[in-house]
Amino acid sequence: MNLHEYQAKDLFRAVGMAVNPGEVVRDPGAARALAESFGGSAVVKAQVHSGGRGKAGGVKLARSPGEAGKHAEAILGMSINGLAVHEVLISPIEEIGSEAYVGVLIDRGSRCPVLMVSAEGGVDIEEVAADNPEAIHRLRVDPRYGLLPHQAYGLATRLYDEPKLASQGARAIAQLYQAFVDNGASMAEINPLIATSAGQVLAIDAKVSIDDSELFRRPELAALRDPTTESAADRRAREAGLSFVKLGGNVGCCVNGAGLAMATMDLVKFYGGEPANFLDIGGSSNPDKVVAALEIITSDPGVRVILFNIFGGITRCDDVANGIVQAVERIGFELPLVIRLTGTNEEPARRILSEAGLAAASSMDDVVEKAVHLATG
Amino acid sequence: MSIFVDEKSRVLVQGITGRDGSFHARQMISYGTRIVAGVTPGKGGRDFAGPSGEVVPVFNTVADAVAETGADCSVVYVPPAFAAGAVMEAADAGIGFIVCVTEGVPVLDMTRAHAFVRDRGCRLVGPNCPGIVSPGKTSLGIIPGSIVARGPVGVISRSGTLTYEAVRQLTERGLGQSSCIGIGGDPLIGTSFVECLAAFSEDPETEAVVLIGEIGGTAEQEAASWIGERLEVPAIAFIAGRSAPPGTRMGHAGAIISGSSGTAEVKTRAFEENGVRVAMRPREIASLVQELIGG
Repeated sequence: MNLHEYQAKDLFRAVGMAVNPGEVVRDPGAARALAESFGGSAVVKAQVHSGGRGKAGGVKLARSPGEAGKHAEAILGMSINGLAVHEVLISPIEEIGSEAYVGVLIDRGSRCPVLMVSAEGGVDIEEVAADNPEAIHRLRVDPRYGLLPHQAYGLATRLYDEPKLASQGARAIAQLYQAFVDNGASMAEINPLIATSAGQVLAIDAKVSIDDSELFRRPELAALRDPTTESAADRRAREAGLSFVKLGGNVGCCVNGAGLAMATMDLVKFYGGEPANFLDIGGSSNPDKVVAALEIITSDPGVRVILFNIFGGITRCDDVANGIVQAVERIGFELPLVIRLTGTNEEPARRILSEAGLAAASSMDDVVEKAVHLATG
Repeated sequence: MSIFVDEKSRVLVQGITGRDGSFHARQMISYGTRIVAGVTPGKGGRDFAGPSGEVVPVFNTVADAVAETGADCSVVYVPPAFAAGAVMEAADAGIGFIVCVTEGVPVLDMTRAHAFVRDRGCRLVGPNCPGIVSPGKTSLGIIPGSIVARGPVGVISRSGTLTYEAVRQLTERGLGQSSCIGIGGDPLIGTSFVECLAAFSEDPETEAVVLIGEIGGTAEQEAASWIGERLEVPAIAFIAGRSAPPGTRMGHAGAIISGSSGTAEVKTRAFEENGVRVAMRPREIASLVQELIGG
């Protein structure tokens, strides 16, 4: 789950990091008043889960309260990479001496957190990695001991020659790692970490992703989810425990298992169709999940046909069949259903379906081809 | 032969009294797995009943279970909050091979568990995996016994049901398996494609290997290089997620394309450059294997 910049900054402040001040507002008047309180000038930043906010015009400097209000008004009406902006963060303008990048993420290869720092901050770090990889310094952290003081200091000396800045940098790096661990993050970064002209190291941007698997035991972080970033279908899926991704085609897919669900989407494309969604009902056999899945798929007006692809292992085909029959009765949709059920309890499943006037096939290719035909025909 | 586990493996089940653990313990017993013990804290001293009246003693701790029964492998079905702890408990008790089926284990918990397990010379498969079956010998996890058959094909996969799809087609064509292993859909997993390939390459019964990968990460590319340099038997690959949009997690926590890395195209090219044919549909997997080794 991605956090907004202002939420991430709050987590950084909680571990004592020096972060520039700022407040989030939803209307231009409040932006104007805040700029006034900062002495007139301010930076206005869109709070949206997208990179490239600056390039998209979502970050503006204002030299007067009136200008801050105007920028806020423009940004609050904006969409950045398809995401509507509902909030802006207003902060005082800092005099920037230098800009660095500091980030921590999980490295699959070493199965450890890895810290990355670069003196070339303030720009897209993926571009630095591609154009000038030696400008990025990496450190693997042993998760049992955490980041050790000499390690944080060693990284900071890659960013700052001035001893006072290096020790402040080391503190910020250690605090970033602490915030990462304390909050069960999968990624945390500061870009840029600035040194002000007055010699203070300060985080003026913040980005944090929380590991979705941590949210069950961190209700205070789960509560930070921005409801406006989630569609009704996404929300329904999350609450029902389904993995769902809307894709925009017209073949609605309901599959058990993420790998098989991806392979089903791929096969829809292979036969010339367009999948409407990725949807994994998971390993359990709860008919309610099937009902929720069908509600989500049928709520998409673009869907022309619904394709079920179930390979029963832990999932019992008869439970899925019961769910389908219940959903048809409860929701009462007109869309054609193409069903493939095979594996555990396949025979009773077929009986349940045929009593309800539904048929099931056992070959994946056959049903996908048929679904694509119905959607395009 | 087979990799990692066989009919001699003495298996304990962590979480044997839970809903999933009890169901799959019975399935494994039916398949012929030697389930020698179960562990559920607070339920030590009870007996767990198998499907045909088998009696499996339940212990409070893995250490007690190992001391009493000589268990050397474990399958973990405990809930996400306790799964990393269960894995570390098993490694601490001297278990040499652990399958962690649990999905949704916090990744930071797993960073510590992986380090702990490695220090003790123990092999972990998973988490978020279906486990391993060595057909005709033993099964640890949740792979349905009805779809596998003994034979010469080694199968390694990041997914569950997609593996069943491929394995059943192999079986239907008379292409049995030496072992089928699901390594898991999480970003941090205990056993990699390369480690499984190395194990299959030491197994004289394995005549061909099938790799079922997906988008995200670089494990398939590393496997492709390893195959090009070291593997003496032929291999076939399949990559799920060709149609997945970048930057979006597709169900598995590890299945996400970041930037241009981890796409199906990059992975396919890596395999083809190393002489591995890539099936474009699940049904082609079995026919490509058949072309390679007959049968």
